[in-house]
Amino acid sequence: MQDNDLRLDGNAAGGLLNEIFRFEMTTAEATCGGCGTVRPIGEMMLYQHGMGAILRCAECDTALIRITHVRGCYRLDLSGMTYLRIASEAH
Amino acid sequence: MVQQLKWQLCTVVEIRQETPKAKSLILDWPERTTHLAGQHVDVRLTAEDGYQAQRSYSIASPPGEKHLMLTVERIDDGEVSPYLTDGLRVGDRLELRGPIGGYFVWDARNGGTDGSTLFLAAGGSGIAPLMSMIRHRASTGNKVPTRLLYSSRSYEEVIYREELDRLSAHDPTLRVIHTLTRRRPANWMGYGRRIDRAMLADTAWPPAEKPLAFTCGPTAFVETVATHLGELGYESGRIKTERFGPTGG
Repeated sequence: MQDNDLRLDGNAAGGLLNEIFRFEMTTAEATCGGCGTVRPIGEMMLYQHGMGAILRCAECDTALIRITHVRGCYRLDLSGMTYLRIASEAH
Repeated sequence: MVQQLKWQLCTVVEIRQETPKAKSLILDWPERTTHLAGQHVDVRLTAEDGYQAQRSYSIASPPGEKHLMLTVERIDDGEVSPYLTDGLRVGDRLELRGPIGGYFVWDARNGGTDGSTLFLAAGGSGIAPLMSMIRHRASTGNKVPTRLLYSSRSYEEVIYREELDRLSAHDPTLRVIHTLTRRRPANWMGYGRRIDRAMLADTAWPPAEKPLAFTCGPTAFVETVATHLGELGYESGRIKTERFGPTGG
């Protein structure tokens, strides 16, 4: 089995992201710092691992969101994205 | 939308054997909020020693129903699905949070879709969120022309087979096309291979029809469908994907 068989859509990270952001995050739009693509988080590629998850740009594979949850603490690395737009109300 | 999801205990009110490997769990969700067709829930199991395992399952029931339906296919070496399909009894409780996801959703009420046609492609138990859409479409009387291409290993493993037959028999705007990849009945007239570009070219709406596509199944299946639909001229933003990993779990 290859790593590619394990990847999921960013949509599957909706529950985890909701623990942190408290918004519906799969429709939040991120601008990739690698290639400039603007896409909802639901369309990113999700790689889950024992300590957390990585969401990558579907176009260029840049890591846009890294989340770990260790000893009761979430750690987020968002350095791969340049912009994040979150709708504060349902449309 | 500001909405902090909480883990809730849901009670199993019915278990339905769908196929030899798949069961539907009908759950009573005490603090349920209305879901959208295509959304999922996270299910969390906790062992006696505190070890927790968590998986996402698509909601198969349409919005507006009293109970929530999840359809689970047993993965023999899975961590969660064997418990859900073999260990769970009516009256047991299950920890769940949701509904989750605003991306892979279809709402029949706002015109059904901003496209004029709907194309759905399911691999195995990937039918679940698409079934929620088909049931939602039926219960609201929405008539957006819809085609479902559904890949199963064998005739016996076609989940919701009778319901799909019934719905499509009564609705000329819904067409269900099956392909059986491993075993086929002797008189089988349908497709008998994995989904490929030629099959999609034959069954999917032409891009000129402005179709909106949803595909759900194992990761490799979804990527095959999405790649070929893109090559056939579908816009990438109009191909919604829900990968569930190598086999689920």
